[in-house]
Amino acid sequence: MIAFLANLRRLDRRWIFLMVGLLVVAPLLTGFHIAPVKPGSRAKGFYDAIEKLKPGSTVLLAGDYDPGTIAENYPMHLAAARQLMARNIKIIGVELYPGGPPLADQVLHLAGAEYKKREGYDYVNLGYKSGNEAVMSAMGSAGIPRTYPADRSGTPVGRIPVMKGIENFSQIAMIVSVSARYPGTKEWVQQVVSRYHVPMIAGVTAVSAPEYYPYLQAGQLQGLLGGMAGAAEYEVLVNHPALATRGMDAQSLAHIFIALMILLGNLAALPQRSPGARQS
Amino acid sequence: MKREIPLLISMAAGIFVLIGFFVPHPAIRNTYDDIQQWVIIVVAFTYVLGMANLMRINTEQIQRRAKDWPYKLALVLSLVGTMIVGFFFSRGSHYLDDRTGFSWIYLTFYSSMSSTMFSLLAFFIASAAFRAFRVRSVEALLLAIAALILMIGRVPIGNAIHPAIPQIADWLMEIPQNAAKRGILMGAALGVIATGFRVILGIERTYGSEGGG
Repeated sequence: MIAFLANLRRLDRRWIFLMVGLLVVAPLLTGFHIAPVKPGSRAKGFYDAIEKLKPGSTVLLAGDYDPGTIAENYPMHLAAARQLMARNIKIIGVELYPGGPPLADQVLHLAGAEYKKREGYDYVNLGYKSGNEAVMSAMGSAGIPRTYPADRSGTPVGRIPVMKGIENFSQIAMIVSVSARYPGTKEWVQQVVSRYHVPMIAGVTAVSAPEYYPYLQAGQLQGLLGGMAGAAEYEVLVNHPALATRGMDAQSLAHIFIALMILLGNLAALPQRSPGARQS
Repeated sequence: MKREIPLLISMAAGIFVLIGFFVPHPAIRNTYDDIQQWVIIVVAFTYVLGMANLMRINTEQIQRRAKDWPYKLALVLSLVGTMIVGFFFSRGSHYLDDRTGFSWIYLTFYSSMSSTMFSLLAFFIASAAFRAFRVRSVEALLLAIAALILMIGRVPIGNAIHPAIPQIADWLMEIPQNAAKRGILMGAALGVIATGFRVILGIERTYGSEGGG
């Protein structure tokens, strides 16, 4: 046993890498299914908040992420666009990450084609603007048309039908923030929700999700999707299982493996910590 | 004067933005709006400054054949190549439109490489869990138990093993974690307010070119 544990201590980490690779890839390639996704209260809050919006109202869809977190943020972004378009809610897309606009375009065009929505009439992507919190604040004080004089392809906002009558956050029914980190959900809450009292829901990466629980509990966020698990729960709620739902089996196996690694790692360290080992 | 003028500009801008936040009078509000637009423009210029700095430092190191200079060459060539494609090879479309060379570079290289960097985390976390996560005290034991419950409770397999596991995971996130996070957030907010006042009053000078006062 001691010899086995000693060998375990010397385990080459490339074996661990290989196991993680196999456990992640196998369910994605084979369609091997472990357990159904069960939506939690936070994902239900996100879904219900959109369901309560009046058809024809306008929502600000902030896609503050780039390809680095595409696995977690893109599925929730797409599912949110699908639910909004299915409910005939108009979308104004904005991004505060330079690498974000092409992903937001993909999301809006894909959902738009599925629900037969027209760019400019039912949705628009205003694109990237540098300035982080100053952009959020300026949209409320100076106004959205002054902060974003043109959309992503250069069309003046005055000529975009979906922007007609949109001056500032008074005309925005809700902010849907899909965010990787800074600038993102926290800054939208601080700069906009607390000042202009616009309802807000958020989809964030798993690693940053704990940061937003206080805002959720305080009612400043009405719903929260945390990581790929949150996105998968939301995909189930919108009845459109897609990328995140497929990824949950891979994530389940990876989590079980990491838990096993913690146990094995401590087991392997036991002989080193025994009184006999310390004396020698 | 080199020290005093930036300090005065910071003080004036800080005080004005603070007043503008609370006073909706048009005289204040219009200037407040203008300052915000200036911030947006200034931040945009910092990207140009950053790029110029990146080019200067890396080209110098390439010329000197400094350590890892081939990687720096790849960086400079990628930067210049992407700019050339964006400016001159958009086939009459806007450079960000689908099917332009710029979009191809974004989807083929940037998107794939960024996702790869993030996905490597899974491998390193698994390795670190095995090699570094040692239970040497009661606190570490509590941390390990919480980590195990959360890792299993946050994925569908947790519910399949036992429905109580996700419920315990939710409790951990909503009560002990939330309490700690609230404390951290409040502490950080107080720190930000204090730093803000130090900047406005000219006590905090570390942002200046001479590095601290």
